[in-house]
Amino acid sequence: MATAHSIEDGGRARVPHEQGAVVVRFAGDSGDGMQLTGGQFTLSTALAGNDLATFPDFPAEIRAPQGTLFGVSAFQINFGSTSIETAGDEPEVLIAMNPAALKTNVDALTPGGLIIADAGEFGARNLAKAGYAADPLEDGSLARWQLLSIDISALTIEAVKPFGLGNKEALRCKNMWTLGLALWMFDRPRDPITDWLKAKFAAKPELAEANIAALNAGHAYGETAEIGYAFRQRHIDPAPTAPGLYRTITGAEAISLGLVAGARLAGLPMFFGGYPITPASAILHHLARLKEFEVTTFQAEDEIAAICAAIGASYAGSLGVTSSSGPGIALKGEAMGLAIMTELPLIIVNSQRGGPSTGLPTKTEQSDLYQAVYGRNGDAPLPVIAVRSPADAFDCAIEAVRIATQFMTPVIILTDGYIANAAEPWRVPDHEVYQAFPVDFFDESPREGEKFNPYRRDAKLARPWVRPGTPGLTHRIGGIEKSSDSGNIDYSASNHQRMTDIRARKVLNVADTIPGQDIALGEPGEKLAVVGWGSTFGPIHQGVLRARDEGKSVAHIHIRYIWPMPKNLGDLLKTYDRILVPELNTGQLKTLLRDQFLVDARPLNKVSGHPFRIAEIEAAIEASLG
Amino acid sequence: MNDMTPIPTTIKDWETDQEVRWCPGCGDYAVLKAVQRTMPELGVRPENTVFVSGIGCSSRFPYYMETYGFHTIHGRAPAFATGIKLANPELDVWIITGDGDALSIGGNHTMHVLRRNLDCQILLFNNEIYGLTKGQYSPTSRMGTRSPSTPFGSVDSPVSPCAYALGAGARFVARGIDVHKKLPEVLKAAHRHKGASFVEIFQNCIVYNDEVFGAFTEKKAAADNQIWLEAGEPMLFAGGAKGIILDKERLRLDVVDVTDGDWRGAGVIVHEPANRAVAHMLVEMPLGAFPMALGVLYDDPHPTFDEVVRMQNAQAAKGKSADLQALIAKGQTWQVEKEPRAE
Ligand code: SF4
Repeated sequence: MATAHSIEDGGRARVPHEQGAVVVRFAGDSGDGMQLTGGQFTLSTALAGNDLATFPDFPAEIRAPQGTLFGVSAFQINFGSTSIETAGDEPEVLIAMNPAALKTNVDALTPGGLIIADAGEFGARNLAKAGYAADPLEDGSLARWQLLSIDISALTIEAVKPFGLGNKEALRCKNMWTLGLALWMFDRPRDPITDWLKAKFAAKPELAEANIAALNAGHAYGETAEIGYAFRQRHIDPAPTAPGLYRTITGAEAISLGLVAGARLAGLPMFFGGYPITPASAILHHLARLKEFEVTTFQAEDEIAAICAAIGASYAGSLGVTSSSGPGIALKGEAMGLAIMTELPLIIVNSQRGGPSTGLPTKTEQSDLYQAVYGRNGDAPLPVIAVRSPADAFDCAIEAVRIATQFMTPVIILTDGYIANAAEPWRVPDHEVYQAFPVDFFDESPREGEKFNPYRRDAKLARPWVRPGTPGLTHRIGGIEKSSDSGNIDYSASNHQRMTDIRARKVLNVADTIPGQDIALGEPGEKLAVVGWGSTFGPIHQGVLRARDEGKSVAHIHIRYIWPMPKNLGDLLKTYDRILVPELNTGQLKTLLRDQFLVDARPLNKVSGHPFRIAEIEAAIEASLG
Repeated sequence: MNDMTPIPTTIKDWETDQEVRWCPGCGDYAVLKAVQRTMPELGVRPENTVFVSGIGCSSRFPYYMETYGFHTIHGRAPAFATGIKLANPELDVWIITGDGDALSIGGNHTMHVLRRNLDCQILLFNNEIYGLTKGQYSPTSRMGTRSPSTPFGSVDSPVSPCAYALGAGARFVARGIDVHKKLPEVLKAAHRHKGASFVEIFQNCIVYNDEVFGAFTEKKAAADNQIWLEAGEPMLFAGGAKGIILDKERLRLDVVDVTDGDWRGAGVIVHEPANRAVAHMLVEMPLGAFPMALGVLYDDPHPTFDEVVRMQNAQAAKGKSADLQALIAKGQTWQVEKEPRAE
């Protein structure tokens, strides 16, 4: 544990402290370990007290051919002394480990920004693979930017020489050399990284030592090399944050922990049925290690079996959870209908990715909103909650468990590839502040001459949850329409009408238990409301903030409860002259808002696989206010 | 769960008040009666029993059993059963399925529940036809089956349920006939076996595929065309006049005549339920040249999935405290004492 204030010691106080934010992008071949480098830089930055947001951007192929454009893996971090909500629009520093990484990323670099390139990788072969006719480090084509060309490969090999590694293994330490240089540039501590390396390579101490040597060499290079004005060391002040204990967390981790906390608050063991799929698998991996929290994980034979087993576990008295991405969620549709019909609690996590079909497995998108709200046969309503950030995922997961168990219904949590992988600082909550919602299994035997009615409901319209094994309450449930009390098969017209109405009303009743819609920024009745959901929170918030700083009358509303919607949302939206709905899809929330409230919601859409840039939101605000 | 403590129940305790909705004369009635009659003999309680089914005529079964019952979706009953059993291993889980449900849409789940060896009984009602959807040919229909979807006869080869089960790694494989008096014995053996017990029941669909098994179920044909296997007993049929031998040279089974009861002399082999190689041959015996092998064909217990999962969970949790606060504060953390600077 480190204290935000103990980071700078006397020896390093000479670095001028500054306010503001910096965006750095690490880019390299998928084999270069850029995600790891970015992750460790993030950790060190978080420990220095900065607020931050990250954007990992990697190819779908596990080992794309080396040196190719489509094999480039990048990691962007935005950190600063103010509140950071996006991974940043334009990097100021680009670290390019090969020509392909330079080519695919340099256009995003802000004019005058700094390129650090590993000259050792700019040989003829790699240049050809990246489609460069001439060496860009030499031909002046990068004149718009500052260029620092270093033979990182050679310097790394030199640094790790004492450890007797082979050439290939030695070059694997390149990312640590680069990280060392980056840590020096921003006056960040190395200790967390050396600790981490020692732990990671506990079984192979010579590898730990070699990596540490590379890290130190990169750091020392910054310290000693004569590299001109471009390479000025900087120290970004810590961001003002509420006191407390902090850690960094990704969305996948936060969902997992939130589910564990939710199950605890409900007093239930958890059963998680999953099937490997990008980018949802991380949740299965996290939960598989948590056996001591009464978590059973089951890697099923397919997506359908994963959800069916989870429903079976809920039926038997556990909290059934399943998770996937769009294609897998599509496969689970029929089983969700059964959970709706049999009114069993169930959590379905959708880590959205670009679609349709296999689409863009490693890129982010918000295009499964229709699927979540409407995507089942029959009139099949269920509550849908959308996560806005990695840290928010923890609360959303708890909320989903509450709703599922209190209302006896499946609940969908919408998160996305960006949230799942991105990290942000998270103030560790005191789990005791969350109100428990213990499940009360029904176990009263019917009186003599009476029958147990599994579909008799409470005031919320939830039916009783009876665990098999309970004496006196044997009963049958299934997917066929059932009589509104007894649950016996009943196809009659009036009964189907009644049951369809009840199922819809029960889900709408959830709105009685959720907070009213708040305004993230601004007031009711301004000229423009920018309404978002999910991971677009950051860019929308910053865009609205900047517009307001310019005196524009604009508010930001971010919706967590996609279905049912907060009761005041319609009235709130109608106080604005205009409504703009930015989404990483072709306008799905926009349609829902129009349908629910007959408001003139206008879309702002993007499906490039990348999050919105703040500038895009600003421009759209400008155009809307026109 | 195979708790053998005798707890008295009667057949009445296992019957629901629901009107049974199969076609009059359907073989399902006989299976239902056989199961209801068997349950009191197993010494189990209705409230600890769960019947899980998929979709199809046979899958209505749970509605007629006074136990916990879950009529799920087409082909997926094994997956639901897996969740139920892992969540509560104390429950006695029965899967009711058919040839289309288990081997067509649900073939994948059937394979995996068997290879995992979930402790449950799987009763596959094989009528070689899709009954509920009005008579299309099924994955077990013989080639040439004429049906609304194959008016000129089906052209694809059928799957043999028991061969499939063995191939998937089943540790218990048995066969019975809907109306046969030995069905309860087969059910009892299935229940006794700890692990996934796979039972194929030849079930007559009187409406769409009547008498499809007549070649070995008809009274006149039964003796010559059925062989009921008993552990430790010679493989005899036709009233002891015929038996099964193992041709060791060509590694296949053959039928021999047995005179004066001298089955040893004829080389007839003794049924060892744990012999997997012979089980493979028994389930593949072509009808006509051979009788239909019935009863418990293979029985060789192995640790069950639910047992091993539980054990591993307990092992992994051992010595660790379920401290939620410590869990969420895991990893590298830092403390912010007060606002580092004023805004
Ligand atoms: S269609 Fe066939 S299998 Fe189905 S209930 Fe009627 S007779 Fe039985």
